[in-house]
Amino acid sequence: MTPEIGQFALSLALVLAVIQSILPMFGAARGNMLWMQSARSTALGQALFVAVAFAALMRSFIISDFTVVNVVENSNSLQPMLFKVAGTWGSHEGSLLLWVLILAIFGLGVALFGSNIPAALRARTLSVQAWISVGFLSFLLLTSNPFERVFPAPLDGTDLNPLLQDFGLAIHPPLLYFGYVGFSIVFSFAVAALIEGRVDAAWARWVRPWTLAAWISLTAGIALGSWWAYYELGWGGWWFWDPVENVSFMPWLLGTALLHSAIVTEKRGAFKSWTILLAILTFSLSLLGTFIVRSGVLTSVHAFAVDPERGFYILGLLGLSIGGSLALYAWRAPAMEGGGLFAPVSREAGLLINNLLLVVAAGIVLFGTLYPLILEAVTGDKISVGPPFFNASFIPVMLPLIFLMGIGPFLSWKRADLRGILQRLAVIAVISVLIALGSWYLTTGGPALAIISIALAIWLLLATAREWAMRIKLFNAPLAESLRRARNLPRAAHGMSLAHAGMAIAILGFVGSSAWKSEEIVFVTPGSSIHIAGFDVRFDGTERVPGPNYVADRGTLVVTKDGVPVTTLYPERRYYPVAQSTTTESAIRQTLAGDLYASLSTPAAEGATEGAWTLRILYEPLVNFIWIGSILLCFGGGLSLSDRRLRIGAPRPKAKTRKTQSAPLATPAE
Amino acid sequence: MKRLVFTLPIVIVLVLGGFLLWGLNPGRNPSEIPSVLISQPVPQFQLASIEGVGVPGLSTDDVAQAGEVVVVNVFASWCVPCRAEHAVLTRLVRQDGVRLMGINYKDKPEDARRWLDDLGNPYERIGSDLDGRAGIEWGISGVPETFIVGADGLVLFRYVGPVTGPKAEAKFMQALEQAQAQAIESAAEPAQAMAESSS
Repeated sequence: MTPEIGQFALSLALVLAVIQSILPMFGAARGNMLWMQSARSTALGQALFVAVAFAALMRSFIISDFTVVNVVENSNSLQPMLFKVAGTWGSHEGSLLLWVLILAIFGLGVALFGSNIPAALRARTLSVQAWISVGFLSFLLLTSNPFERVFPAPLDGTDLNPLLQDFGLAIHPPLLYFGYVGFSIVFSFAVAALIEGRVDAAWARWVRPWTLAAWISLTAGIALGSWWAYYELGWGGWWFWDPVENVSFMPWLLGTALLHSAIVTEKRGAFKSWTILLAILTFSLSLLGTFIVRSGVLTSVHAFAVDPERGFYILGLLGLSIGGSLALYAWRAPAMEGGGLFAPVSREAGLLINNLLLVVAAGIVLFGTLYPLILEAVTGDKISVGPPFFNASFIPVMLPLIFLMGIGPFLSWKRADLRGILQRLAVIAVISVLIALGSWYLTTGGPALAIISIALAIWLLLATAREWAMRIKLFNAPLAESLRRARNLPRAAHGMSLAHAGMAIAILGFVGSSAWKSEEIVFVTPGSSIHIAGFDVRFDGTERVPGPNYVADRGTLVVTKDGVPVTTLYPERRYYPVAQSTTTESAIRQTLAGDLYASLSTPAAEGATEGAWTLRILYEPLVNFIWIGSILLCFGGGLSLSDRRLRIGAPRPKAKTRKTQSAPLATPAE
Repeated sequence: MKRLVFTLPIVIVLVLGGFLLWGLNPGRNPSEIPSVLISQPVPQFQLASIEGVGVPGLSTDDVAQAGEVVVVNVFASWCVPCRAEHAVLTRLVRQDGVRLMGINYKDKPEDARRWLDDLGNPYERIGSDLDGRAGIEWGISGVPETFIVGADGLVLFRYVGPVTGPKAEAKFMQALEQAQAQAIESAAEPAQAMAESSS
């Protein structure tokens, strides 16, 4: 019965979404307050019904209801409860339901907390959000029904893909989805503004918290996915430039650009049409991601079961939403007056360069991701674009960005005093170069690019700290005065410093673990010993260990350094009999200086000595800085989100005049 | 002019959308890698032997003019799947009498030697492709890859990745049997022709 309730709730949500996509839009055009207000209740109802459907699917998973095809294909009665629950979004259908749920939640968020937004803009925004809802709800109901039944019911399910049976799966997709579906509301705001034909500082301020919220989730989601690949999948790396990683990274790059350009729109009234374009493109890239993962156009490690019919449907949705919004943009944006003149050296100019570099970087990633497809369509050649392309093209764009990130916060609006800033930063530049030279000496001439990147990361870290210290007059005034200043400094400013510092720390991790990584792949029998990065690792053989729905071969590795015992590692190779597949559980000794990482692979095949295994051992210096940096990035975003300015909205008197303005503006449309 | 700039995004998106639509073509399988070498003569290459391994080096003529079906395997000691594949290749040579030749791709001679000492050497010839030039000529996308070359010196089949597991082995064996059947046929033809002309 529950699955039918779920399906019924989805249909009701679709009906409400259809109403919400029409009524408030007309209401806003005619100045009909009642019609505009209806968006609140429909948004609430929509979120409620989608949540009911989601709960119904989750219940089917929890009680292992094997009459539901989705449960049969993605669960098993022996699976631990956490993975039964996580299985809800482990399949194409379930994850799409989660997608729609998050879409509805963001709509609900604007309906509930958007009381400071003018009624017309809010109504239009919610209507646009409902257009997206209609598209995806109908996609779900027509092509990917998660509640489909099967009779007679099979005795047990085929198990969730063992690779996905990990704590990482329980949280990685929801966070990632919160991120890139979250940009939908920013998109809706942008389209609503285009329909209204008006973008102002207040608009940028209303959009900012939603952008930030989505950005934080996306950052966390990407970092978690990368952490998951590194720790759980035994890939021995944290980023592979796989198409599906790229499609989550592109919205991040553009979302970051959007966060910064929205500041200019908010503070200076400039970059209006640019901010709108970024808002549209950020969500467009999220949609592209959804399409690529679910259509099988590109090969990837992540792809869901592929079905061309679904591909056509999503492509149609993409065409409508992206094509429609950009057509609207081409029509309405030229009329938006730019504002705020600024000198070539100013905060505006700095943020403009930041935006250009981020957009170029996103363009590079997009090009590299789609190039195999384009080339195949044009010449029929099949190629794959891998890390060498991305490293050679992406990193050179990022380096100047990091350099400017150090300077940017010092720049004042309109016109900045470059000479004064350079004087302040001279010492920091010298220190960064010295540290880089030191690391060059210590690593006996590491790769030049790595040394430059280290110098830039240190530069960014110190410059950020300097800027923060300057603001609160640290060491320049009595401590009490500094503390008072720190308290009075807007949280957004603290957030920026924290996020920039997080970026610097993450870069140290990126560089350390890719440039100075050591790796050994050896063939081991009990008693063999390997020497890596100063550690001696002895393999003591394996034993069979049973798990809830798998059996594992657990290896024992005794690690010593200069004869002193360091730790014992237990990497595992797990076999899942139901799903008929094996996974690798790597064992890691984590320290701030670096990770010693071991994974076992298939025992060398027939003919080899008894008890022989292939052992992969890596030493990844500084890799934990990546996760620390990512946490700081999210925390900085969170601080900025909690800024008082974003909660109180636009200054009161201004808001009042706007309200009286919006009424006459709405009437001529009749 | 200004309007043109604002229509640029949608133009780019429409072009990309066209490619994506093409990509949905149901007959298309993006994970399939074709080889331009199929039905082409063996590419030109000349590789020295690995010192101390005890089998000679490998060049185009060794493969093309063997007079029977030859399997060419690209391997390296640093490649983990190659280890798994090694057992399969050894069995092919021992049980089925396949003629197996190796290209040791971007591998240090001492590592390759140790690897072959550890696991045994099923190869009748091994060329040491230190700089990867022969790998480029053969158009390999990674290691291991395995080619079947017909008796007439034409490349007949290419397998990307290790030939391990029942599916891969079945596919490979089928191609090998076809190649061998073809070799016997073409060997019979000239003999027949000769017999006819002499009579």
